[in-house]
Amino acid sequence: MSGPDEPKIRIRGLHKAFGAKSVLRGVDLDVGAGESVVVIGGSGTGKSVTVKCMLGLVEPDGGSILIDGAESVGLRGAAREAVNARMGMLFQGGALFDSLPVWENVAFGLVAAGQKTRGAAKPVALDSLARVGLGPEVGELMPAELSGGMQKRVALARAIAARPDIIFFDEPTTGLDPIMADVINDLIVQCVRELGATALSITHDMASARKIADRIAMLHDGRIVWSGPVSEIDESGNDFVDQFIHGRASGPIRMAVRR
Amino acid sequence: MNPLAAIGRAFLALLEAMGRLVLFAAAAVSHIVRPPFYPRVLLRQMVDIGYYSLPVVALTTLFSGMVLALQSHTGFARFSAEGAVAGVVSLAITRELAPVLAGLMVAGRVGASMAAELGTMRVTEQIDALSTLSTDPMKYLVAPRILAGFAMLPLLVLVGDVIGIFGGYIVGIYKLDFSPAAYIDQTWRFVEVRDVVSGLVKAAAFGFLVSLMGCYHGYRSEGGAQGVGRAATNAVVSSAILILVFNYIITELFFAK
Ligand SMILES: Nc1ncnc2c1ncn2[C@@H]1O[C@H](COP(=O)(O)OP(=O)(O)OP(=O)(O)O)[C@@H](O)[C@H]1O
Ligand SMILES: [Mg+2]
Repeated sequence: MSGPDEPKIRIRGLHKAFGAKSVLRGVDLDVGAGESVVVIGGSGTGKSVTVKCMLGLVEPDGGSILIDGAESVGLRGAAREAVNARMGMLFQGGALFDSLPVWENVAFGLVAAGQKTRGAAKPVALDSLARVGLGPEVGELMPAELSGGMQKRVALARAIAARPDIIFFDEPTTGLDPIMADVINDLIVQCVRELGATALSITHDMASARKIADRIAMLHDGRIVWSGPVSEIDESGNDFVDQFIHGRASGPIRMAVRR
Repeated sequence: MNPLAAIGRAFLALLEAMGRLVLFAAAAVSHIVRPPFYPRVLLRQMVDIGYYSLPVVALTTLFSGMVLALQSHTGFARFSAEGAVAGVVSLAITRELAPVLAGLMVAGRVGASMAAELGTMRVTEQIDALSTLSTDPMKYLVAPRILAGFAMLPLLVLVGDVIGIFGGYIVGIYKLDFSPAAYIDQTWRFVEVRDVVSGLVKAAAFGFLVSLMGCYHGYRSEGGAQGVGRAATNAVVSSAILILVFNYIITELFFAK
């Protein structure tokens, strides 16, 4: 089914409402194989929800998500597991398992998928940790003993440990110092290049977006209002994008600070 | 506001909640019998439920056995039937007190902590993370806990039976001046296999219920720290009620004429 021009991920008309609150109102987005797309948008616009729909963690109300040309909305059980096995996810809050030491967190996916035994997975996990700048002694600690930024890096190591095809990064650089943020940016770029992975990242950090994106898409009011190559972001001619990248309080985007 | 409609709505909501619980239980049981299995997680839960609940269960059954001996002695002395003390203590302990007290204690200790742990995992997206790492959270988190509760509570109750009867014995010997041989002889003559077995069946059912309610409320919790607290409370209250209800039902099944 999947031809050469087929995007890795094709989202069409994605809808999701929580109760009366409609969050996604027809999101359309394509991500090509090996491409790195960054989704930007205000807080609470549904960026995390979009990614969770792709992983089947949130059931969309309507629309379609094709992954390698195959529909993934509504998959359950083994079929869903097979699709998810090819995807890695860095959660916005890290979501490390706090009952397991750091190295077991990183090795978790490898062991669970049956790729490695527990013993054989440990060196791989320590290697992944080294790639995010954490030494082997960190591997023995529990997640609660780490700083927020370290937890983020462990979560990143966990997301890439099983070398997935498609990686979702939900705000990979928030809570990191500028230098470590840049290290993470480099790492994401490197993952995409070396693993040939397709990356979909969410960020508020424009410096990070410019660095890791091939293409940027802006989510506003439940739809993608602009998308284009990163080089065109400054001349998008789109008022939403202009306001967002310059961080102006006045403009077409009204932050819902009052109810 | 139509009062009939309000009653109807409440009734439908109750049915819906029961349906959800039954579906959850069925899914959990089906995961218990289908691979992959997680022996590490299971072992850890078994130790947590079985081993670490021992002191609580031992203390509650010990003192229950002691107080039973004392109370039944004052009662039976009026009819000069002091000889029945050993029998009453052992029957009450094996049939009722050990399983119910152990069940309630484990509900407070284990049910609450399961609900809090799973609830925290839910609100911090750890349960979501499991499904992105080739792991079914029902299978990894819920199935081992329910199996461990089901398997470990009977063992706890067996220990509780012995300790409870021993508590009665201590009071009987040192306080009520029974001769040790007579007390032990009385106990043996009264207790039947059926008494102990009914207690163990109850224990298995209670263990299942406690873990089920802990997991159910934790797994479905939402709304941050407050939601987690609510889940823990609901787990304890609902499993305590279910324990008492099922205690009656199982007793009826075993002993009704
Ligand atoms: N499980 C849920 N139940 C109810 N509402 C939800 C749920 N998950 C998300 N929402 C709502 O959906 C909206 C979008 O949430 P989402 O987490 O996708 O925002 P976001 O774009 O990732 O924002 P941020 O940049 O702050 O992370 C929010 O208004 C949130 O209240
Ligand atoms: Mg988000």
